Amino acid sequence: MSEMPWYNKGLFSSLNLRQKTLLTIALTALLLLVIFISGTLINANLPTDFSIKMQGPSFEHIFGTDWMGRDMFIRTLKGLSLSIMIGLGASILSSIIATLLAFLASVNKYTDTLVSWLIDLFASIPHILLIMMISLGLGKGAFGVTMAVAFSHWVNLTRVLRAEVLQIKTSEFVQLSSKFGRSKLWIAKEHILPLILSQIFVGTLLVFPHAIMHESSVTFLGFGLSPHEPAIGIILSESMSYLAMGAWWLAFFPGVALLIVVLLFDIIGDNLKRLFDPSEANN
Amino acid sequence: MIKINTKKIVKFFGFKAIRLLILLTVIAAISFIIVQLSPIDPVRAYLGQRIVSQEQLAIVGQYWGTDLTLGERVLGWLQTLASGSMGFSLIYRVPVTEVIVQKFTASFTLMIVSWIISGVVGFGLGVLAGAKEGTWIDKVIKTYCYILQSSPTFWIGLVILMVFSVYLGWFPIGLSVPIGQLSDTVTFWQWLYRLILPAFTLSIVGIASLTMYTRDKLINVKKSDYFLFSKARGESFWGMIKNHGIRNILLPAISIQFLSFNELFGGTILVEQVFAYPGIGQATVAAGLRSDVPLLLGIVIVSTIFVFVGNLLADVMYEYVDPRLRSEDDE
Repeated sequence: MSEMPWYNKGLFSSLNLRQKTLLTIALTALLLLVIFISGTLINANLPTDFSIKMQGPSFEHIFGTDWMGRDMFIRTLKGLSLSIMIGLGASILSSIIATLLAFLASVNKYTDTLVSWLIDLFASIPHILLIMMISLGLGKGAFGVTMAVAFSHWVNLTRVLRAEVLQIKTSEFVQLSSKFGRSKLWIAKEHILPLILSQIFVGTLLVFPHAIMHESSVTFLGFGLSPHEPAIGIILSESMSYLAMGAWWLAFFPGVALLIVVLLFDIIGDNLKRLFDPSEANN
Repeated sequence: MIKINTKKIVKFFGFKAIRLLILLTVIAAISFIIVQLSPIDPVRAYLGQRIVSQEQLAIVGQYWGTDLTLGERVLGWLQTLASGSMGFSLIYRVPVTEVIVQKFTASFTLMIVSWIISGVVGFGLGVLAGAKEGTWIDKVIKTYCYILQSSPTFWIGLVILMVFSVYLGWFPIGLSVPIGQLSDTVTFWQWLYRLILPAFTLSIVGIASLTMYTRDKLINVKKSDYFLFSKARGESFWGMIKNHGIRNILLPAISIQFLSFNELFGGTILVEQVFAYPGIGQATVAAGLRSDVPLLLGIVIVSTIFVFVGNLLADVMYEYVDPRLRSEDDE
């Protein structure tokens, strides 16, 4: 290569690609952890102070203040930690669903057909509509949204895992193991699960950004968290009433913050994928 | 000469029709169960904060059909389905089919316009990024796609609304009809004027995934042997991109664009909410928030058919339009 890539210059030039990937993951994870923990610890029941209402961004309130004089930075932080929490719950739950279905698909021909059919079924209803309906069915709120997002995001991971499980199942060592009289359950637990664990882990992380975005979308529409909580979706839907008055900071900064969190999760997911699956590292 | 195998086509579409029927039945059943399970009282949700007496509550409850059992509801709904009205919308007070036809036409224009724009622009950007792989053009396009993929549609809408309507003042803030005018008297230009921002938002959101896909495909083509060979023969670069690149990736790209009907519909719901565009998205949100079950069911069914048709067209592309696949089966 004639030209040095940008990351091979300067401070990190002594690190190899693997170390750089790990460094990226560590830094991103640290940043997210800081956002999450500070958001959880902050008391978001801010006092209303009408003397400072509707102020644009300043050094004192870097994201400005809303119509009740509450600091938007603190509300955004709280909203982000709420989003991360729901995203975490939803993506773990959807990975569990995906794993169970992938194993179910490997049992026999009929269960495989059933799982493929379920995948088709869930892929044909518009996502947002599905989330709205499930959330409504479970009575909205944090529980409803988490379940709704979980039950609509398992599809892609299930496709991947199903193919993976099928491939491992036809490999020689598994055939041999079953000839030696090991039960199907034992094979699933001892042979297949350890091999797909990294896929599950990466899959969970890759669901995360989608989960966060869909959570904020349905909350924005009014099918998610209750209006009393400072979720990003709520903040943004409130901001719509003040847009015409020129209060752009109410909508701009919370959205950018959400965008950054989603991007950070994307970066972690992609880097982890490369770490676990070196064959795709060049893509 | 294109040979058309009639038997195969009949079989293909027959199979698809049966699938759609089963799909719709199951989805309707699931929707019924979800609505039945919901702890939200529809009457309360409709009335909101208004204070009403017990008798009035009972009357509204009867209008809503809260005293019916699940079996009665299913039967009643099937009857209205057979009659073609799909029930009576509780909030719009007209048959559901009427509401859906009216709202869907408005949304359909929005969706088709942005679908075509995002398809053309997305493909173009993808080809550009792929052809110029590694240059600053590629990097700009890639960054743009990453950012768009990670930002919620409704927020993009809000930002565009802030820039073009509030700051620049070029467009009105929401509403598809000028204030003080009936919707029947709207001229074509007034309507088009209000379509621009929602369609623009929906287009730039839809570009990202198609661009990334096209880019990756083109880069794969550039690595292929036939591309190398044509280079050795001395073809010009853009000629090669045109003859070997675009010809190979156009069909899968169109299929991908058809498969995006799902996201398109979701995006429409959000964008309509932001721009107050009175289409199917607003109707969906209203039906959901105020527990208009017949309307919600109708929308679920119609949107499922919409997505299904998109997937079907993508399948047809692969099965019949691609000359390579066609020649393999027709013997």
